Amino acid sequence: MFKRIMIPVDLAHEGNLERALQVACDLSSHYGAELVYVGVTGETPSSVAHTPAEFAAKLETFAKEETKARGGGSARAHTITAHDPAVEIDKLLEKAATDLGADLVVMGSHIPSRFDFSSHGGHVANHATCSVMLVRDQ
Amino acid sequence: MTDENENQGIPEPEGATDLIETDFDIGQDNIEGRVGPFGFDIHNPVFMISGLSVIAFVAYALIAPTQAGDFFGWLRPALTSTFDWFFLSAANIFVIFCLVLIVLPLGKVRLGGADATPDYSYLGWFAMLFAAGMGIGLMFFGVLEPAYYFGTPWGDEPLGAIRPFDEDGNLIAANVQEARRMALAATSYHWALHPWAIYAVVALALALFSYNKGLPLSIRSAFFPILGERVWGWWGHVIDTVAVFATLFGLATSLGLGAQQANAGLEYVYGIPNTINAQVILIIGITAVALVSVLRGLDGGVKVLSEINMGLAVLLLIFVLFAAGAGVILTEFGRGLLAYAQEVIPLSNPVGREDDGYRQGWTAFYWAWWISWSPFVGMFIARVSRGRTVREFITCVLIIPSLVCILWMAVFGGAAINDMVANTDDSAVMANVITSYSPELSLFAMLESLPLASITSTIGIVLVIVFFVTSSDSGSLVIDTITAGGKIDAPVPQRVFWCTFEGLVAIALLVGGGLSSLQAMVISTGLPFTIVLLLMCWAIFQGLRSEPR
Repeated sequence: MFKRIMIPVDLAHEGNLERALQVACDLSSHYGAELVYVGVTGETPSSVAHTPAEFAAKLETFAKEETKARGGGSARAHTITAHDPAVEIDKLLEKAATDLGADLVVMGSHIPSRFDFSSHGGHVANHATCSVMLVRDQ
Repeated sequence: MTDENENQGIPEPEGATDLIETDFDIGQDNIEGRVGPFGFDIHNPVFMISGLSVIAFVAYALIAPTQAGDFFGWLRPALTSTFDWFFLSAANIFVIFCLVLIVLPLGKVRLGGADATPDYSYLGWFAMLFAAGMGIGLMFFGVLEPAYYFGTPWGDEPLGAIRPFDEDGNLIAANVQEARRMALAATSYHWALHPWAIYAVVALALALFSYNKGLPLSIRSAFFPILGERVWGWWGHVIDTVAVFATLFGLATSLGLGAQQANAGLEYVYGIPNTINAQVILIIGITAVALVSVLRGLDGGVKVLSEINMGLAVLLLIFVLFAAGAGVILTEFGRGLLAYAQEVIPLSNPVGREDDGYRQGWTAFYWAWWISWSPFVGMFIARVSRGRTVREFITCVLIIPSLVCILWMAVFGGAAINDMVANTDDSAVMANVITSYSPELSLFAMLESLPLASITSTIGIVLVIVFFVTSSDSGSLVIDTITAGGKIDAPVPQRVFWCTFEGLVAIALLVGGGLSSLQAMVISTGLPFTIVLLLMCWAIFQGLRSEPR
């Protein structure tokens, strides 16, 4: 059914990803699909990493450890650097899904309030050509 | 420091650098949460203190307008005339510091690591440098300043130059050449090496400590070599808060005053009445476009607008160049460069001069003004300059913009002076700069002396308005980053907040009065910041020395 599952992760807010990660790992082992962890970072030092290179290394480790702990299939990490991540993230994730050839995107998502200002999952679900699964954080 | 990094296993940014090891984690003092549908991620306490102190000062200016006006109206000139020697000397140090860095081997250090590649093309980069830092000033002073020095009857001629007009306003042909030369040299002095060196120092410090040393992109990071871990505490909070405060008030007051100027221009060109309502509408319009720009982000908004604006400005420049006679004006550019080269040393001499009106009233004022804007412009330049070597960076932030500014002044000022010489009695420039001082009309008065004035004046007004947008959007990004503790990926509603807040402050001060007094206050912050910048030079030197080359 699925060959490559993309899972966008925000390393600054790992806690919210719990359920999405588990679902992605379960699906990847069920379908024998490759997992691609995608992270977006700016070029200035952030709370996650001092440099884009450090960010990439952390994402790599994160991907390896989470997949192992949750019994996922094969996994790799994909780091995207951006000039202005706060506004570019939606478009970059949409593009990454296409570029990576993902056939499923599994994203963590919060329960929407009445006027949701920035729903990354909503954007990807609206625009990506592949299947998108939004996993609520509770 | 290098050894510790290797032990900690922090990878190099791109190629070799010398990361600073600190106990501080970026974002450790931040508060995250949600207000209704909006997420936030703000630095505690910089965000709140900056916001509240801005509100407090606006309230002060509105509740006690006379007292605020008297106090700041006294403070600013008092500082610039008492400390003129200090401002002039400091600016000279910044220029020398930058020029020395170009030739020293330290200039080979690359911002972002030895193997980093530039984020932006030269064109996009230049467009953003100009649009954020100077565009609006070039529109306002390009005609005003050279015309003023040329014709001033108020005794503030630069270096006490000779006057080209006698007591009755008749032209003294023999003095024209020398007065014109000095007017262009004195104007170029305020727009070439010195201001750009001020911006370059701040920008270089921030870029170095952020991209190569791994510290957050915030003003306080440049003080790590001096204050050590204390920069993460109250020392740093104060530095960042003052930077936010100066940036926000600098932008808001120039937005308010700019709306008055744009409205005056609209009245002059189209007869649109000059009223508070029209000005408020202008501020709302400018803020709305700036909001769209910050929502579209650095590449999709700020950069695009900057490029459009630079394109328009170049068109206007070429038009004035040919309309006023390209041969004459290019000769003027050559003469302007030569005059600048000849006079820059006497003009920047801080002591033993008699031209108080010029030195204290103009030069020291400008230096304080550029310096009060330097946290904002410097931080913005740093944000877009990753991947350049120090040598490349200084050449492009110092030398090339200086040449462009001298050209601009020679073209716009030269055309204005030509008009004053050719039609002394009915020159619109003469009427609006010397006979009655209406600085905001000087550009349009000059354009009136050339063909197609209705088209070029419209371009002029559009440029003035869009340059305000490009300062406003980049300023909002800078304030947002500082108040988020150096994070550039704080939730988008925060930059919307600062952009809107800036527009509201401008409207409050415009309607209630207090624009001029608070602008005087902002310029006064130039004095403490001058000391800050001098310390930054030392910090840059220390920081560069430890970098692998």
